[in-house]
Order: sequence, then structure tokens, then C-alpha cells
Amino acid sequence: MSFLKLGTLSAFAIMMAGAAVAKSDITVAMQLEPPHLDPTSAAAGAIDSVLYSNVFEGLTRFASDGSIMPGLARTWDISDDGLTYTFHLAPNVKFHDGTTMDANDVKFSLDRARASDSANAQKALFSSIKDVEVVDPQTVKVTLSEQNGSFLFNMAWGDAVIVAPESIDDIKQHPIGTGAFKFTDWVQGDHIDLDKNPDYWGTPAKLDHVTFKFISDPTAAFASMMAEDVDVFTAFPAPENLPQFEADPRFQVIIGNTEGETILAMNNKQPPFDKKLVREAVAHAIDRQAIIDGAMFGLGTPIGTHFAPHNPDYIDLTGLSKYDPELSKKLLKEAGLPDGFTTTLKLPPPSYARRGGEIIAAQLRAVGIKTEITNLEWAQWLEQVFRGHDFGLTIVSHTEPFDIGIYARPDYYFQYDNPKFQELMKTLNRTTDEKERTKLLHNAQTIISEDYVNAYLFELGIATVAKAGVRGLWKDAPTQATDLTAVYWAE
Amino acid sequence: MLRYVLKRLVSLVIALFVASIVIFVMVEVVPGDPASYMLGMNAQPDTLNALRDELGLNGSMWQRYLSWAGGMLHGDFGTSYTYRTPVAEMIGDRLWVSLPLALYALALSTLIAFPAGIWAASKRGKPADLGVMAVTQLGVAIPNFWFAMLMVLVFAINLHWFSAGGFAGWDKFFPAMKSLTLPAIALALPQASILARVMRSSLLDTLSEDFVRTARAKGLSKRQALWRHALRNAMIPVLTIIGLQFSFLMAGAIIIENVFYLPGLGRLVFQAISARDLIVVESVVMLLVFAVVMVNFAVDIAYAIVDPRLRVGA
Repeated sequence: MSFLKLGTLSAFAIMMAGAAVAKSDITVAMQLEPPHLDPTSAAAGAIDSVLYSNVFEGLTRFASDGSIMPGLARTWDISDDGLTYTFHLAPNVKFHDGTTMDANDVKFSLDRARASDSANAQKALFSSIKDVEVVDPQTVKVTLSEQNGSFLFNMAWGDAVIVAPESIDDIKQHPIGTGAFKFTDWVQGDHIDLDKNPDYWGTPAKLDHVTFKFISDPTAAFASMMAEDVDVFTAFPAPENLPQFEADPRFQVIIGNTEGETILAMNNKQPPFDKKLVREAVAHAIDRQAIIDGAMFGLGTPIGTHFAPHNPDYIDLTGLSKYDPELSKKLLKEAGLPDGFTTTLKLPPPSYARRGGEIIAAQLRAVGIKTEITNLEWAQWLEQVFRGHDFGLTIVSHTEPFDIGIYARPDYYFQYDNPKFQELMKTLNRTTDEKERTKLLHNAQTIISEDYVNAYLFELGIATVAKAGVRGLWKDAPTQATDLTAVYWAE
Repeated sequence: MLRYVLKRLVSLVIALFVASIVIFVMVEVVPGDPASYMLGMNAQPDTLNALRDELGLNGSMWQRYLSWAGGMLHGDFGTSYTYRTPVAEMIGDRLWVSLPLALYALALSTLIAFPAGIWAASKRGKPADLGVMAVTQLGVAIPNFWFAMLMVLVFAINLHWFSAGGFAGWDKFFPAMKSLTLPAIALALPQASILARVMRSSLLDTLSEDFVRTARAKGLSKRQALWRHALRNAMIPVLTIIGLQFSFLMAGAIIIENVFYLPGLGRLVFQAISARDLIVVESVVMLLVFAVVMVNFAVDIAYAIVDPRLRVGA
């Protein structure tokens, strides 16, 4: 009897211990809180950071390496002329409110995003769509007005997720998606809760419960990890503390790349930057590694053109603008500016810009280019620099994935106007053959690098600090997502 | 007394009106368009315009002032540009963190300062007095955010007694109070130091006055004279400081709430400023002005109660 009792008790104890080990909830911290929860009507990356792929899904989706995978569309056929995409949707997909997700919802989402009164921040993604047609509940036919080799890529963005007409009015506060997690609660200023979606159509999530916490202050971020209040901190804001986490067996540090090409942008229409020689001189005056080490504590990969190094089509062109202050001085002399010149350097708030700006100013001063530094808030930067084109130099990270196309827009803030490049981008859009696209992309990277449109600094790194037992986190950030659908705790 | 209160009320209303204009104009002239902030670098002109219309940003400045100020009179603070929820609701939620935090800190600071100040005054020149003076000197000098970080380091990171920040929510009282404790101490310490010093010097001043000497001559012990006669009269400067401290606490909370990532008013206004959520900034600042003006009003009334001469003087 007593043996039996003892046996039962110890079996119970083992079960309890087992239950305690298999953790099924996680607390993830990030710096910025989403302003609201509709990824289709704001540019805030924080919305995607919480909801992308966890709550909302699109026709296609990004994998952690940036490649495109099927999403709600399991397969698709592309017509020979490249103008018609027929998407075959996954069967039995339900929104979190229990309603069915079918072709009508896809049509609704795409039509809403491209409507004239749409507040979609990336409306350009949908500009080539001419018509969306429901073939049957499981099939959608999208007709384009012109060929668009990036169309499947565009549909993977957070701004292109599929939403339902029934839940759209309340979506900013109560997002209803099709993802492996469903939204449960938001205490503004503090946290957002997600629960596992038991009716998920695909591979179910391994975690039962997720809490996103918002900790903006870098010192507080450090404290929250060290006090073990949070399990994961994505895009950890204090790179100076990373060695401490690396040395601590309680934690792991995952370092990857983002889609953020950090550049010293030049106003190509403002003298003296309208001269290629001057831009070339600026490019050679800059020691990239010194900026990465000094401003980013080593977090970042040098780039020589506007392209992400983890992309298979990337080519290393850093040699074209290698650090050579003597050459830089020579070029300035050739350009008729032997004594250098003075220009403005306008810096937005992120530390890569503020800290990097000081170092760049010193490096430029060494070849005779004097800069007047102005620190701007984001809204001011957007107004003065981005829309007003009132700047000589500025530092900014272009975080949109695959955005080399901006060099084909002569009214874009650095005002690069090269018809040859514009033609190349048109050809690229028409091309769906992978090999041909690679060739065109190599060509595009080279053109802007040889034209010294901007001084290319580095690909912004991302460091995720997590407890040692967490598995399945993304290393790189092809989009601003914290995809938790495959995350679990190691035993 | 009634005339005194009425007079104070009129100046209160004028102060609020002037403040609302100053706040509105200052916030509106700061450059930066909320719509372009929200839509970012890829926004197209028609999208921007659609959003500006939706947010009511296309109206003239006076139209916007009138609708904002008029709405506030009946408790409608408008809708936040970024969060798209009613500002009044957001402020209400955040007040449930900031107000208890300020009161907690105020309570702590008075609880520390009163005994310390009285004790130091009664032991004038003795080691106890010198000790209190030295400690409070330190308390005044240490910035509260630095002290806050120090406490996080010791009590959260090393000892694991508290979490490093965040707020547990009011559904459970003790966890909520626990998450407010370190921030409240960080806020209270410098305030307590100032208050203790004022308490001490004010008491010493009153103790040397004629009426205290008279009381002593009538046979009261030093301690009796202090408690029965001097203390009440020493309260005027102390009340002033407490009133001032309340506004300092609300303002100081902006930093402390960021250090402890508490979802309070301070953090809201901080986020709103960087996101160009002008209507939230205006409303929160207006509310803080209102709070400060009301506290000053309450202090004025308290003066009149403590010192009857003021009622006549007014």
C-alpha cells in the first residue's frame, strides 16, 4: 500500500517536474510599440514586428533568409506574357473570428490597398495590379497592367496581408488574421498578448502564449534582460552591452543582417555634389570599418552599393570606394575645389546616424570637407531632407527590402537622374527569368556604385539577445518581423 | 473666505485659458507633419492627403484650436493620430499608473521628511542634525534617474527582488504596488531630502519667534512648545514645497517612467512627441498644467486654513 502510494507520488512528482521544464510561453521585448495594429495602413515597422506571420499572413511570405515562400497561396500559375497570376489558396483557412478565408477576402484586401483613398504606406507595391478576379472560392486571378518581376516578392510584405471585410473597421485595435497566433490583449504602453490559434490551417505554433513588451530605453533594455524579466529582446538597442551577454551562459546573442542599407546620402542636384568627382571624393574619404566599430560596436557589414549582402544577387563593390583620403583630396582638386568646401550634414535620431555622423564629419574634415551638423527628429527629417530636399549630406538606413528601384526615381530625395538606370529597372520589372534578373541586378548595382550616387556605408546589423534555451528565432531580418511560429524552448 | 476662494478661482480659469493657447501654438509651430511621419519614406502624395483629411489636419489653425479647446471643455480630448483611440481614454488609462505613482512617491517623501526634519530641528547642532543634513545634501545632489538605475542594478539584476520595470496591472493590488515601489522610491528620495531641509529650517525659524518664547515662559517644555505651537506655523513653507513637488513629481515621472518602462503619462507624452502625435502632446501637457494649477489652488486654500491672517489679507 505504502509502496503504491510512494510510487504514485513519485510518478506525480516526475510529471510535475516535466511540466515545469516544458515552457510554452515566451516574453519578447522590443524597443518600439506599434501605434496601432493594422499593418496595411502605416509605415511603422513595429506593427510588422509583432503581427507579421504570427497573426497576419499574405499570399506569399518571407523566409528568414529573405527568400519568398508560399503563404496563403500554396501554388500559383503565371501566364506566358507574365501579366496574369492565378493563385491557388490553401483550403480550410479560417480567420481568428471563425469566418472563412477565401478568394473574396483576397480580392477585398488587394482592392482596398490599391484604392484611391487607401492609406497603405506602400501603395506602390500594388500599382501594377489592373484587376483582381475571384475564379472560385479557392482561386484568385490577378491581372497586371505591366510585367512585374517583383510581384510575388511584393505580395510577401506586411502591407499586403490578407484581411477580412467583417473585421476591418476594428482592425487597428483588434486585429483578426489567419496566422498561427491570435491577438488577445493590448495594454497600451506596456504589452500585447497573443495566444496559440488552435484552429490554424498550417503547421501549428509550438508556443501556447506570447507576450510582447515595449522597452524603449537602452539602459532599461539591458536591465530587463539581466533581471530575466524578458526571454528575448529583438533588435537589442545597446550594442555596447552585447559582449556581456555573449559571456553569460544564461544568454545567447544572435547576430544577423537586416534589409537596412545605411548610406551617406548626397544631394545629387545641389552643388558641389552635382559633380561626380566630388561625390567620388566623399566616397573615398570614408573609412567604413571605423564607423562600424565606432558607432555600431562592430555590428554591420560594409557595402559598396545599395544591396543587401545576404541576397544571392549581391556583388561586393566596396573596392570602388575604398578608403583613400589622398585620392579624395586629389579628386577634389580635379573638381576645382582644392580647399574643400562646406556643406550640411543632417542627422535623424537613430544612433547609427548620430554617432556615425560625428565620425564621418571628422573623416570628411581630414580631406577638407567641412560639415555643419544638424540633429533632426524623424518628422523634421522627413519634411526637410526627404520631401524638401534641403540638405547636402545625410545619413539614413533604407530598411525596405530590395529597394534598389528608388534610384530610378529622379524626384527621390537624393535626386539621381540617370535614364540608363531607369531603363534598366523597367527591363528588370519585365523579366521573370532568374538568370537574366541576376545579370540585370549586377549591372544595376554597378551603375550606381560607379556613379557614386551616395557613399555606401554598411548593412545595418541586428542583434537578438535571448535566453539560452530559446530555439527557432530568425537570424536575419528580411523584413521587420519577429516570426515566432517556429520558436520553442529546448528541454 | 468665500471671496478669497472666488478670487483664486478666477485667476485659475485665466491661467488655464492662456496656457491652452500657448501650448497649442507652441506645439503647432514645431515643424514636422504627423501624416508623413506615419506613412514613412514610401508614401505617395495622394495617400498623404487622404490621411491628412482623415486626421483633420487640413483645417485652419483656428478651426483646430477651437475644436480642440471646445472639446476639452466637455471632456473630449480628440482622437490620437497614431493610436487612433480617444485621447481621453488613453490619458485615463495612463493616469492609473502615473497618479498612484506620484501619490506613492509623495507619501514616501513626506513620511521620510517630516520625522527627519523635526528630529534634526529638535537636535539642532548635534550629531543627529548634522547627520540628517549630510544625508539630505546627498539626496538633493543625486539625480533621480541615476539613483533609479542603481536600484535596478541592486534590487532587480543582482538580488532579483523586484523586476527591472513594467507594470503588473491593477487587477492584483500587491504586485501592482510592488512594480511601483522602486520608481516611487527613486522619485521620492530627492523630494524627501528637500522637504526635510525645508521642514528643519522652517521649524528653527518659528522656534526663535516671540510666541514660542512666550509659550516656553508660560512653562511649556521645549518639546511641547514645538509640537503645540511651532509646528503648525512652520507648515506654510512646507506646504508650498509639497505643492511644488507634486508638479515636479509629474514631470520627473517622464524620466523615471522611461527608466522603468512604466505605461504612464510621462512615457505617453515622450512617445507622442517623437511620433508627432500632436493632439496627445497638447492634451497631456494641458492636463499637467491643469493639475499643477489645481494643486496650487489647493495649497492656497490650505494656507488660508493654516494661517487665518491670509483670509483677511485677501
